[in-house]
Amino acid sequence: MTFRFDRDTRRRWKDLAMNVAAFLCVVLALIPLGSLLFEASVRGLRSITPSFFTLTTANGGIGNAIQGTLILIALTAVIALPVGILTGIYLAEYGKNPVGAAVRFFVDVMTQIPSIVVGIFAFSLILELGAAGIVDKRLVFSTTTGVIALSTIMIPFVARTSEEALRLVPISTRESALALGIPRYRAILRVVLPSSSSAVITGALLGIARVGGETAPLLMTCLGSPFWWQGLDQPCESLPHTIYVFALGPDSALNQAAWGASLILVLMMLGIAIVSRVVIRLRSVSR
Amino acid sequence: MDKRYIAEDRFAIERRMHPFRRSPGVGRPVSPDTLGDPLFQWFSTAVALGVVGLLVLITVILSLAAQDSIRTFGLGFLTGNVWNPVPPLVFGAVPFVYGTLVTSALALLFGVPISLGIAIFLSELSPPWLRIPLTYVVELLAAVPSVVYGLWGIFVLGPVMRVSVEPVVQDIFGFLPIFQGNPIGTDKFTAGVILAIMIIPTISAVSREALLAVPDNQREAALSLGATRWETTRVAVLRYARAGIFGAIILGLGRAVGETMAVTMTIGNRNAISVSLFDQGQTIASWIANNFLNATDPLELSALIELGLVLMLMSLVINVFARLMLGRVLRRGEGAA
Repeated sequence: MTFRFDRDTRRRWKDLAMNVAAFLCVVLALIPLGSLLFEASVRGLRSITPSFFTLTTANGGIGNAIQGTLILIALTAVIALPVGILTGIYLAEYGKNPVGAAVRFFVDVMTQIPSIVVGIFAFSLILELGAAGIVDKRLVFSTTTGVIALSTIMIPFVARTSEEALRLVPISTRESALALGIPRYRAILRVVLPSSSSAVITGALLGIARVGGETAPLLMTCLGSPFWWQGLDQPCESLPHTIYVFALGPDSALNQAAWGASLILVLMMLGIAIVSRVVIRLRSVSR
Repeated sequence: MDKRYIAEDRFAIERRMHPFRRSPGVGRPVSPDTLGDPLFQWFSTAVALGVVGLLVLITVILSLAAQDSIRTFGLGFLTGNVWNPVPPLVFGAVPFVYGTLVTSALALLFGVPISLGIAIFLSELSPPWLRIPLTYVVELLAAVPSVVYGLWGIFVLGPVMRVSVEPVVQDIFGFLPIFQGNPIGTDKFTAGVILAIMIIPTISAVSREALLAVPDNQREAALSLGATRWETTRVAVLRYARAGIFGAIILGLGRAVGETMAVTMTIGNRNAISVSLFDQGQTIASWIANNFLNATDPLELSALIELGLVLMLMSLVINVFARLMLGRVLRRGEGAA
């Protein structure tokens, strides 16, 4: 009798201990996030002044970096969103066959290619095209090459998120549309896509957040520049690249500015992530 | 209601509507624009195949750009441990592959237990009202850009490691060769910790999905036998989901192997193979990031691109393996990773 009592007590204690341990894991993971946000706020706020946004990186501001990042994001979105969403439509609507399964598998794998490899790819692509005389060799270090790299990262991501979004639309919706006698492509574009729009937009926003924080592929493509944006065929500055350069800079004023730039970048990216969550939330509440 | 049946029925309807049908169908094309459907289908198929073609293009372009180095060094590139950018030019990948493997192993060592704890807590043990907010907050870890982790690693984590963590570890385990030398805070150990933080959202999100995919009657069966919550998790849930969890870990490994900026900023960047984790090192990615623009000789550039090719192949093998492991365990893709 005593033995059973002991064993059950032990089991209950073990249950409690594992509960606490699992909870501590969550807390442990949130410490870096909290510390990071805290430090970025405290150290970053010190360097944020109006001139921080209007000066170029050559003069201790980050104006041209913000401008460059916005331009990169916009151009990448223009290329990657249509291609990605079309691929998503193929996967969700026409992909229920071995070819579709293979495409899905490789697109999945593509989302995990290291971003620096994609940077080398964009660099080498323009280098090879330049060697073949198709494009100007100086284009290697330019906004265009950066956009090629970022699009290569974003397309598979958007493809998978929009596929998931389209799959959430019930089949009865498609059947109703088809039953009205409209062709299937119109049913997809006019009925299925609009009714999953909030999830597609969420995927697009997450893709933008992912691409906007990329540094590695820009090192060897956009390069960085001390000037305001100068055109598609010229190097351009970006916020993540500025943080990298400022962080490794020799004097503490630059390091300070790196924290300021980080605060802006984190606010942008976390803002996008949170907004996209809210979009999902509102959607599911309204249903 | 069996969804699959309805889906097949839908295709049947569509086949009958298809303008280029081979066999005589029941219905007629109802719409005036009969070309739109096949055009759109072919167009979206072409775009999707083009995206996969991009993967082929990446491999081809990298191989082309690396061919000088591949021809010159052959397999010696993968076994050489010298990187000599002045004549005689010799390039070998071993120190960087070593650094990548060591930091990734450290990341898994620290990251996996914590991630599994998070996944178990969020899917099995947490009170329901805490579940959704905590899931969101853990996913925010993935939304922080890599370079910001690097900045934090230099100015916050690095000093903490140097002053508080590494000396303590050395006091306890200093007799081991991996914990010898002078702890400086910018070394493989710190890089491993940063990587662990960065792969936690990936592993915990995917293994949480694997746990959620375990059917409830597994849990109910264990609970009905009088098992506690933890015993249920261990016996009925974890064992059932182990393939998915393993896949999640491999996926996290893939992420750690390819991570560049945070590692470049915290590993100290010294090209040497050393046993001690408190020594500076290099990974494949950090070496490329540091040297790509400084390469003076075309052969060095080519060797760096070959290094990129090696990294890509490593990551491809890891990810293909992970996807095969995950297989049908997860019906939904993971958005966080």
